[in-house]
Amino acid sequence: MNALEPLLLSFEVAVLATALATVLGVVLGGLLARPQLWAREVIDALVTAPMVLPPTVLGYYLLVLLGRESAIGHTFEALTGSAIVFTRGGAVVAATLGALPLISKAARAALESVDVRLVGAARTLGASSFRAFMSVSLPLARRGITSGVLLGFARALGDFGVTLMVAGNIPGQTRTASLAIYDAVLAGRDDDAARLALIMTTLAVAVLIGASYLTRQRRDGF
Amino acid sequence: MAFEARLSARLELQRQLTAPRFSLAVELDFGPGLNVLFGPSGSGKSTILALIAGLLRPDRGRIALASEVLFDSEQRLDRAPNERGIALVFQSLALFPHLTGVANVAYGVPRALGNAQRVERAMAWLQRLRVGHLAQRHPGSYSGGEAQRVALARALASEPRALLLDEPFSALDRELAGELSAELSSYVAPLAIPVVLVTHDRKLARELGREVTLLRAGRVEEVGSVSDLLAERA
Repeated sequence: MNALEPLLLSFEVAVLATALATVLGVVLGGLLARPQLWAREVIDALVTAPMVLPPTVLGYYLLVLLGRESAIGHTFEALTGSAIVFTRGGAVVAATLGALPLISKAARAALESVDVRLVGAARTLGASSFRAFMSVSLPLARRGITSGVLLGFARALGDFGVTLMVAGNIPGQTRTASLAIYDAVLAGRDDDAARLALIMTTLAVAVLIGASYLTRQRRDGF
Repeated sequence: MAFEARLSARLELQRQLTAPRFSLAVELDFGPGLNVLFGPSGSGKSTILALIAGLLRPDRGRIALASEVLFDSEQRLDRAPNERGIALVFQSLALFPHLTGVANVAYGVPRALGNAQRVERAMAWLQRLRVGHLAQRHPGSYSGGEAQRVALARALASEPRALLLDEPFSALDRELAGELSAELSSYVAPLAIPVVLVTHDRKLARELGREVTLLRAGRVEEVGSVSDLLAERA
Protein backbone atom coordinates (compact mmCIF):
# COMPACT_ATOMS: atom_id res chain seq x y z
CA MET A 1 0.00 0.00 0.00
CA ASN A 2 1.14 3.50 -0.75
CA ALA A 3 1.34 5.08 2.71
CA LEU A 4 1.87 8.54 1.36
CA GLU A 5 -1.37 8.76 -0.60
CA PRO A 6 -3.80 8.76 2.36
CA LEU A 7 -1.55 11.17 4.24
CA LEU A 8 -1.45 13.63 1.38
CA LEU A 9 -5.20 13.28 0.96
CA SER A 10 -5.74 13.92 4.68
CA PHE A 11 -3.56 16.98 4.43
CA GLU A 12 -5.37 18.31 1.38
CA VAL A 13 -8.79 17.71 2.91
CA ALA A 14 -7.71 19.27 6.22
CA VAL A 15 -6.31 22.39 4.53
CA LEU A 16 -9.52 22.95 2.55
CA ALA A 17 -11.72 22.18 5.56
CA THR A 18 -9.71 24.48 7.82
CA ALA A 19 -9.93 27.32 5.31
CA LEU A 20 -13.70 26.85 5.09
CA ALA A 21 -14.13 26.48 8.84
CA THR A 22 -11.96 29.55 9.49
CA VAL A 23 -14.12 31.81 7.35
CA LEU A 24 -17.33 30.36 8.81
CA GLY A 25 -15.92 30.21 12.34
CA VAL A 26 -14.74 33.82 12.41
CA VAL A 27 -18.07 35.07 11.05
CA LEU A 28 -19.95 32.91 13.58
CA GLY A 29 -17.59 33.89 16.41
CA GLY A 30 -18.07 37.55 15.50
CA LEU A 31 -21.86 37.17 15.60
CA LEU A 32 -21.78 35.17 18.83
CA ALA A 33 -19.59 37.81 20.47
CA ARG A 34 -22.36 40.37 20.00
CA PRO A 35 -24.44 40.51 23.19
CA GLN A 36 -27.49 41.68 21.25
CA LEU A 37 -27.60 38.58 19.03
CA TRP A 38 -30.91 36.80 19.45
CA ALA A 39 -30.71 33.29 20.96
CA ARG A 40 -26.95 33.29 20.73
CA GLU A 41 -26.44 30.54 23.28
CA VAL A 42 -28.76 28.30 21.25
CA ILE A 43 -26.77 29.02 18.10
CA ASP A 44 -23.51 28.44 19.95
CA ALA A 45 -24.82 25.12 21.26
CA LEU A 46 -25.85 24.04 17.75
CA VAL A 47 -22.41 24.89 16.36
CA THR A 48 -20.76 23.07 19.27
CA ALA A 49 -22.98 19.98 19.03
CA PRO A 50 -20.68 18.21 16.53
CA MET A 51 -18.12 17.92 19.33
CA VAL A 52 -20.41 15.76 21.45
CA LEU A 53 -22.79 14.05 19.02
CA PRO A 54 -21.95 10.57 17.72
CA PRO A 55 -20.40 10.72 14.23
CA THR A 56 -23.22 8.53 12.94
CA VAL A 57 -25.81 11.13 13.93
CA LEU A 58 -23.87 13.90 12.17
CA GLY A 59 -23.23 11.70 9.17
CA TYR A 60 -26.92 10.89 8.96
CA TYR A 61 -27.88 14.58 8.97
CA LEU A 62 -25.29 15.37 6.33
CA LEU A 63 -26.54 12.56 4.10
CA VAL A 64 -30.09 13.86 4.43
CA LEU A 65 -29.00 17.44 3.87
CA LEU A 66 -26.40 16.99 1.12
CA GLY A 67 -27.27 13.61 -0.46
CA ARG A 68 -27.83 13.40 -4.21
CA GLU A 69 -31.59 13.50 -3.74
CA SER A 70 -31.52 16.54 -1.46
CA ALA A 71 -32.09 20.08 -2.73
CA ILE A 72 -28.55 21.17 -1.90
CA GLY A 73 -26.90 18.03 -3.21
CA HIS A 74 -28.98 18.08 -6.37
CA THR A 75 -28.22 21.74 -7.10
CA PHE A 76 -24.52 21.26 -6.39
CA GLU A 77 -24.37 18.29 -8.75
CA ALA A 78 -26.26 20.18 -11.47
CA LEU A 79 -23.81 23.07 -11.20
CA THR A 80 -20.51 21.21 -10.87
CA GLY A 81 -21.25 17.81 -12.37
CA SER A 82 -20.12 16.09 -9.20
CA ALA A 83 -22.04 15.00 -6.11
CA ILE A 84 -21.01 16.12 -2.64
CA VAL A 85 -21.44 12.83 -0.83
CA PHE A 86 -18.99 9.97 -1.39
CA THR A 87 -16.51 12.30 -3.03
CA ARG A 88 -13.58 14.31 -1.77
CA GLY A 89 -16.06 17.17 -1.23
CA GLY A 90 -17.90 15.00 1.28
CA ALA A 91 -14.66 14.41 3.17
CA VAL A 92 -14.03 18.16 3.26
CA VAL A 93 -17.55 18.82 4.59
CA ALA A 94 -17.09 16.18 7.29
CA ALA A 95 -13.74 17.63 8.38
CA THR A 96 -15.13 21.18 8.30
CA LEU A 97 -17.90 20.18 10.67
CA GLY A 98 -15.32 18.82 13.09
CA ALA A 99 -13.11 21.91 12.93
CA LEU A 100 -15.88 24.52 13.02
CA PRO A 101 -16.80 24.42 16.74
CA LEU A 102 -13.16 24.64 17.78
CA ILE A 103 -12.59 27.67 15.58
CA SER A 104 -15.86 29.48 16.29
CA LYS A 105 -15.44 28.97 20.05
CA ALA A 106 -11.89 30.29 19.96
CA ALA A 107 -12.95 33.21 17.74
CA ARG A 108 -15.85 34.07 20.03
CA ALA A 109 -13.68 34.01 23.15
CA ALA A 110 -10.90 36.01 21.49
CA LEU A 111 -13.30 38.60 20.08
CA GLU A 112 -15.14 38.91 23.40
CA SER A 113 -11.86 39.63 25.14
CA VAL A 114 -11.19 42.66 22.92
CA ASP A 115 -11.76 45.83 24.96
CA VAL A 116 -15.18 47.19 23.90
CA ARG A 117 -13.82 50.69 24.38
CA LEU A 118 -11.37 50.16 21.52
CA VAL A 119 -14.23 49.22 19.24
CA GLY A 120 -16.22 52.18 20.58
CA ALA A 121 -13.29 54.50 19.90
CA ALA A 122 -13.09 53.21 16.32
CA ARG A 123 -16.83 53.86 15.84
CA THR A 124 -16.65 57.43 17.15
CA LEU A 125 -13.68 58.01 14.83
CA GLY A 126 -15.94 57.31 11.88
CA ALA A 127 -15.52 53.56 11.35
CA SER A 128 -18.54 51.50 10.32
CA SER A 129 -19.10 48.43 12.47
CA PHE A 130 -17.62 46.33 9.66
CA ARG A 131 -14.48 48.46 9.43
CA ALA A 132 -14.11 48.46 13.21
CA PHE A 133 -14.38 44.66 13.18
CA MET A 134 -11.81 44.23 10.43
CA SER A 135 -9.31 46.84 11.61
CA VAL A 136 -9.58 46.62 15.40
CA SER A 137 -11.38 43.50 16.69
CA LEU A 138 -9.89 41.00 14.27
CA PRO A 139 -6.22 42.06 14.55
CA LEU A 140 -6.47 42.13 18.34
CA ALA A 141 -8.12 38.70 18.44
CA ARG A 142 -5.61 37.28 15.99
CA ARG A 143 -3.65 35.12 18.42
CA GLY A 144 -6.70 33.48 19.94
CA ILE A 145 -8.21 32.85 16.53
CA THR A 146 -4.95 31.41 15.16
CA SER A 147 -4.73 29.04 18.10
CA GLY A 148 -8.30 27.91 17.37
CA VAL A 149 -7.46 27.47 13.70
CA LEU A 150 -4.51 25.22 14.60
CA LEU A 151 -6.74 23.11 16.84
CA GLY A 152 -9.32 22.99 14.07
CA PHE A 153 -6.67 21.88 11.60
CA ALA A 154 -5.54 19.09 13.92
CA ARG A 155 -9.14 18.01 14.33
CA ALA A 156 -9.83 18.16 10.57
CA LEU A 157 -6.74 16.08 9.89
CA GLY A 158 -8.04 13.18 11.92
CA ASP A 159 -11.76 12.93 11.25
CA PHE A 160 -12.96 9.36 10.95
CA GLY A 161 -16.62 8.66 11.68
CA VAL A 162 -18.37 11.42 9.78
CA THR A 163 -16.00 11.01 6.84
CA LEU A 164 -16.83 7.32 6.65
CA MET A 165 -20.57 8.06 6.76
CA VAL A 166 -20.70 10.78 4.10
CA ALA A 167 -17.61 10.18 2.00
CA GLY A 168 -17.09 6.44 2.30
CA ASN A 169 -13.68 4.83 2.05
CA ILE A 170 -12.62 5.22 -1.57
CA PRO A 171 -8.86 4.81 -2.15
CA GLY A 172 -7.33 7.99 -3.55
CA GLN A 173 -10.66 9.80 -3.23
CA THR A 174 -11.87 9.72 0.35
CA ARG A 175 -9.59 7.24 2.09
CA THR A 176 -7.80 9.62 4.41
CA ALA A 177 -5.07 8.59 6.82
CA SER A 178 -7.46 7.76 9.66
CA LEU A 179 -9.50 5.52 7.34
CA ALA A 180 -6.32 3.95 5.98
CA ILE A 181 -5.31 3.03 9.54
CA TYR A 182 -8.69 1.35 10.03
CA ASP A 183 -8.20 -0.61 6.80
CA ALA A 184 -4.66 -1.57 7.72
CA VAL A 185 -5.72 -2.88 11.13
CA LEU A 186 -8.59 -4.89 9.64
CA ALA A 187 -6.28 -6.34 7.02
CA GLY A 188 -3.63 -7.23 9.60
CA ARG A 189 -1.06 -4.82 8.11
CA ASP A 190 0.18 -3.79 11.53
CA ASP A 191 3.33 -2.04 10.27
CA ASP A 192 1.33 0.25 8.00
CA ALA A 193 -1.09 1.02 10.81
CA ALA A 194 1.72 1.74 13.26
CA ARG A 195 3.56 3.98 10.83
CA LEU A 196 0.49 6.03 9.96
CA ALA A 197 -0.56 6.24 13.60
CA LEU A 198 2.86 7.53 14.59
CA ILE A 199 2.85 10.18 11.86
CA MET A 200 -0.66 11.33 12.77
CA THR A 201 0.24 11.52 16.44
CA THR A 202 3.41 13.51 15.75
CA LEU A 203 1.50 15.96 13.56
CA ALA A 204 -1.28 16.42 16.12
CA VAL A 205 1.12 16.96 19.01
CA ALA A 206 3.18 19.44 16.99
CA VAL A 207 0.05 21.43 16.15
CA LEU A 208 -1.12 21.38 19.80
CA ILE A 209 2.28 22.63 20.96
CA GLY A 210 2.05 25.42 18.40
CA ALA A 211 -1.41 26.35 19.63
CA SER A 212 -0.44 26.44 23.30
CA TYR A 213 2.68 28.43 22.46
CA LEU A 214 0.45 31.04 20.86
CA THR A 215 -1.85 31.31 23.88
CA ARG A 216 1.08 31.44 26.28
CA GLN A 217 2.74 34.33 24.42
CA ARG A 218 -0.52 36.17 24.62
CA ARG A 219 -0.56 35.84 28.40
CA ASP A 220 3.04 37.06 28.64
CA GLY A 221 2.00 40.17 26.77
CA PHE A 222 0.30 41.61 29.84
CA MET B 1 -20.93 83.05 10.71
CA ALA B 2 -22.53 83.81 14.02
CA PHE B 3 -24.37 80.49 14.14
CA GLU B 4 -23.74 78.69 17.40
CA ALA B 5 -23.08 74.96 17.22
CA ARG B 6 -24.79 73.77 20.38
CA LEU B 7 -25.00 70.23 21.65
CA SER B 8 -28.23 69.50 23.46
CA ALA B 9 -29.33 66.25 24.98
CA ARG B 10 -32.33 65.00 26.90
CA LEU B 11 -31.49 61.54 28.16
CA GLU B 12 -33.38 58.95 30.16
CA LEU B 13 -31.94 55.58 30.99
CA GLN B 14 -32.88 52.88 33.48
CA ARG B 15 -30.50 50.08 34.31
CA GLN B 16 -32.47 47.36 36.05
CA LEU B 17 -29.72 44.79 36.15
CA THR B 18 -27.06 46.83 37.88
CA ALA B 19 -26.81 46.90 41.64
CA PRO B 20 -27.63 49.40 42.97
CA ARG B 21 -30.19 50.23 40.32
CA PHE B 22 -29.06 53.13 38.22
CA SER B 23 -31.34 55.67 36.66
CA LEU B 24 -30.39 58.66 34.62
CA ALA B 25 -32.61 61.56 33.64
CA VAL B 26 -30.86 64.71 32.50
CA GLU B 27 -31.32 67.67 30.23
CA LEU B 28 -28.09 69.17 29.03
CA ASP B 29 -27.15 72.02 26.76
CA PHE B 30 -23.56 72.76 25.81
CA GLY B 31 -22.36 75.73 23.79
CA PRO B 32 -19.19 75.99 21.75
CA GLY B 33 -16.00 75.94 23.78
CA LEU B 34 -15.16 74.09 26.94
CA ASN B 35 -18.03 72.82 29.10
CA VAL B 36 -17.37 71.01 32.34
CA LEU B 37 -19.55 68.18 33.57
CA PHE B 38 -18.70 67.73 37.21
CA GLY B 39 -19.82 65.05 39.61
CA PRO B 40 -18.68 62.28 41.93
CA SER B 41 -17.96 58.84 40.51
CA GLY B 42 -21.13 56.89 39.85
CA SER B 43 -23.11 60.01 39.08
CA GLY B 44 -23.48 58.97 35.43
CA LYS B 45 -20.91 61.19 33.75
CA SER B 46 -19.28 58.54 31.58
CA THR B 47 -22.67 57.05 30.72
CA ILE B 48 -23.82 60.43 29.46
CA LEU B 49 -20.81 60.69 27.16
CA ALA B 50 -21.40 57.19 25.78
CA LEU B 51 -25.05 58.04 25.17
CA ILE B 52 -24.18 61.25 23.33
CA ALA B 53 -21.53 59.48 21.23
CA GLY B 54 -24.05 56.77 20.31
CA LEU B 55 -22.25 53.89 22.01
CA LEU B 56 -25.22 53.40 24.35
CA ARG B 57 -28.85 53.99 23.56
CA PRO B 58 -31.08 55.95 25.91
CA ASP B 59 -34.53 54.53 26.75
CA ARG B 60 -36.05 57.88 25.86
CA GLY B 61 -34.73 61.23 24.83
CA ARG B 62 -33.38 63.43 22.10
CA ILE B 63 -29.87 64.43 21.10
CA ALA B 64 -29.17 67.27 18.71
CA LEU B 65 -25.97 68.83 17.47
CA ALA B 66 -26.29 72.23 15.79
CA SER B 67 -29.37 71.87 13.59
CA GLU B 68 -29.09 68.12 13.23
CA VAL B 69 -31.01 65.59 15.30
CA LEU B 70 -28.82 62.59 16.15
CA PHE B 71 -31.26 60.68 18.29
CA ASP B 72 -34.94 60.98 18.92
CA SER B 73 -36.81 58.16 20.61
CA GLU B 74 -40.19 59.49 19.49
CA GLN B 75 -39.19 59.62 15.84
CA ARG B 76 -37.27 56.33 16.21
CA LEU B 77 -34.23 58.16 14.92
CA ASP B 78 -30.83 56.83 15.96
CA ARG B 79 -27.73 57.82 14.02
CA ALA B 80 -24.83 55.35 14.22
CA PRO B 81 -21.80 56.53 16.21
CA ASN B 82 -19.73 56.80 13.03
CA GLU B 83 -22.31 59.13 11.51
CA ARG B 84 -22.47 61.52 14.43
CA GLY B 85 -19.14 63.27 14.03
CA ILE B 86 -18.61 63.25 17.78
CA ALA B 87 -15.17 62.25 19.02
CA LEU B 88 -14.85 60.67 22.44
CA VAL B 89 -11.62 60.42 24.39
CA PHE B 90 -12.09 57.58 26.86
CA GLN B 91 -10.69 57.67 30.36
CA SER B 92 -8.63 54.63 29.37
CA LEU B 93 -7.72 56.57 26.17
CA ALA B 94 -8.45 53.44 24.10
CA LEU B 95 -5.45 53.87 21.83
CA PHE B 96 -5.23 50.97 19.39
CA PRO B 97 -2.37 48.87 20.78
CA HIS B 98 -1.64 47.20 17.44
CA LEU B 99 -1.16 50.46 15.54
CA THR B 100 1.68 52.99 15.61
CA GLY B 101 1.11 56.51 16.84
CA VAL B 102 0.65 57.94 13.39
CA ALA B 103 -1.67 55.10 12.36
CA ASN B 104 -3.75 55.67 15.50
CA VAL B 105 -4.20 59.33 14.63
CA ALA B 106 -4.72 58.69 10.91
CA TYR B 107 -7.51 56.21 11.75
CA GLY B 108 -9.98 58.98 12.35
CA VAL B 109 -8.89 61.38 9.61
CA PRO B 110 -11.73 61.55 7.07
CA ARG B 111 -11.28 58.80 4.51
CA ALA B 112 -12.25 61.05 1.64
CA LEU B 113 -8.65 62.21 1.73
CA GLY B 114 -6.09 59.93 0.16
CA ASN B 115 -3.84 57.76 2.30
CA ALA B 116 -0.80 60.00 1.89
CA GLN B 117 -2.78 63.04 2.89
CA ARG B 118 -4.32 61.26 5.89
CA VAL B 119 -0.87 60.33 7.18
CA GLU B 120 0.32 63.89 6.58
CA ARG B 121 -2.65 65.26 8.51
CA ALA B 122 -1.99 62.80 11.35
CA MET B 123 1.68 63.78 11.52
CA ALA B 124 0.72 67.44 11.71
CA TRP B 125 -1.58 66.80 14.68
CA LEU B 126 1.04 64.71 16.46
CA GLN B 127 3.56 67.52 16.03
CA ARG B 128 1.07 70.10 17.15
CA LEU B 129 0.58 68.17 20.37
CA ARG B 130 4.35 67.83 20.61
CA VAL B 131 4.46 64.06 20.25
CA GLY B 132 5.77 63.81 16.68
CA HIS B 133 8.53 61.54 17.95
CA LEU B 134 5.95 58.87 18.82
CA ALA B 135 4.72 58.47 15.23
CA GLN B 136 6.42 55.14 14.63
CA ARG B 137 6.05 53.74 18.15
CA HIS B 138 3.21 51.67 19.55
CA PRO B 139 1.08 52.90 22.47
CA GLY B 140 2.46 50.22 24.80
CA SER B 141 5.69 52.21 25.08
CA TYR B 142 4.13 55.62 25.83
CA SER B 143 4.22 57.39 29.16
CA GLY B 144 0.90 58.57 30.63
CA GLY B 145 1.30 62.10 29.33
CA GLU B 146 2.40 60.93 25.89
CA ALA B 147 -0.57 58.57 25.57
CA GLN B 148 -2.87 61.39 26.60
CA ARG B 149 -1.47 63.65 23.90
CA VAL B 150 -1.73 61.01 21.18
CA ALA B 151 -5.33 60.30 22.19
CA LEU B 152 -6.16 64.01 21.99
CA ALA B 153 -4.41 64.28 18.61
CA ARG B 154 -6.45 61.32 17.36
CA ALA B 155 -9.72 62.87 18.48
CA LEU B 156 -8.92 66.28 17.03
CA ALA B 157 -7.64 64.85 13.74
CA SER B 158 -11.04 63.29 13.11
CA GLU B 159 -12.40 66.82 12.64
CA PRO B 160 -15.25 66.26 15.07
CA ARG B 161 -18.27 68.51 15.35
CA ALA B 162 -18.21 67.94 19.10
CA LEU B 163 -15.54 66.56 21.40
CA LEU B 164 -16.17 64.55 24.57
CA LEU B 165 -13.41 64.02 27.11
CA ASP B 166 -13.85 61.51 29.92
CA GLU B 167 -11.62 62.34 32.91
CA PRO B 168 -8.88 63.20 30.44
CA PHE B 169 -6.12 63.91 32.93
CA SER B 170 -6.93 61.46 35.69
CA ALA B 171 -3.90 59.30 34.95
CA LEU B 172 -1.47 62.21 35.10
CA ASP B 173 0.22 63.91 38.01
CA ARG B 174 -0.96 67.35 39.09
CA GLU B 175 1.70 69.31 37.24
CA LEU B 176 1.32 67.49 33.95
CA ALA B 177 -2.46 67.70 34.17
CA GLY B 178 -2.26 71.46 34.63
CA GLU B 179 0.08 71.82 31.69
CA LEU B 180 -2.10 69.74 29.37
CA SER B 181 -5.36 71.34 30.44
CA ALA B 182 -3.96 74.78 29.65
CA GLU B 183 -2.91 73.52 26.23
CA LEU B 184 -6.25 71.87 25.65
CA SER B 185 -8.01 75.21 25.85
CA SER B 186 -5.73 76.59 23.16
CA TYR B 187 -6.45 73.67 20.81
CA VAL B 188 -10.20 73.71 21.11
CA ALA B 189 -10.81 77.46 21.26
CA PRO B 190 -10.32 78.08 17.49
CA LEU B 191 -12.52 75.10 16.57
CA ALA B 192 -15.74 76.64 17.88
CA ILE B 193 -17.23 73.22 18.63
CA PRO B 194 -18.83 72.09 21.88
CA VAL B 195 -16.28 70.34 24.06
CA VAL B 196 -17.60 68.45 27.06
CA LEU B 197 -15.09 67.56 29.71
CA VAL B 198 -16.09 65.17 32.45
CA THR B 199 -14.26 65.29 35.74
CA HIS B 200 -14.62 64.68 39.45
CA ASP B 201 -11.57 66.86 40.12
CA ARG B 202 -12.73 70.11 41.69
CA LYS B 203 -9.45 71.88 41.07
CA LEU B 204 -9.36 70.95 37.39
CA ALA B 205 -12.99 71.98 36.95
CA ARG B 206 -12.19 75.37 38.44
CA GLU B 207 -9.17 75.82 36.19
CA LEU B 208 -11.02 74.93 33.03
CA GLY B 209 -14.61 75.91 33.08
CA ARG B 210 -16.52 79.07 32.80
CA GLU B 211 -19.68 77.10 33.30
CA VAL B 212 -20.11 73.86 35.14
CA THR B 213 -22.92 71.33 35.12
CA LEU B 214 -23.14 69.66 38.49
CA LEU B 215 -24.28 66.06 38.37
CA ARG B 216 -25.36 63.83 41.23
CA ALA B 217 -26.86 60.35 41.10
CA GLY B 218 -27.99 60.60 37.50
CA ARG B 219 -29.61 64.03 37.89
CA VAL B 220 -28.44 67.54 37.09
CA GLU B 221 -28.14 69.27 40.42
CA GLU B 222 -27.16 72.72 39.25
CA VAL B 223 -25.80 74.59 36.27
CA GLY B 224 -23.80 77.69 36.86
CA SER B 225 -20.50 79.46 36.83
CA VAL B 226 -17.51 77.71 38.34
CA SER B 227 -17.01 80.29 41.04
CA ASP B 228 -20.58 80.03 42.29
CA LEU B 229 -20.88 76.26 42.26
CA LEU B 230 -17.50 74.96 43.25
CA ALA B 231 -15.77 77.69 45.18
CA GLU B 232 -17.58 77.42 48.47
CA ARG B 233 -17.22 73.66 48.56
CA ALA B 234 -13.50 73.58 47.97
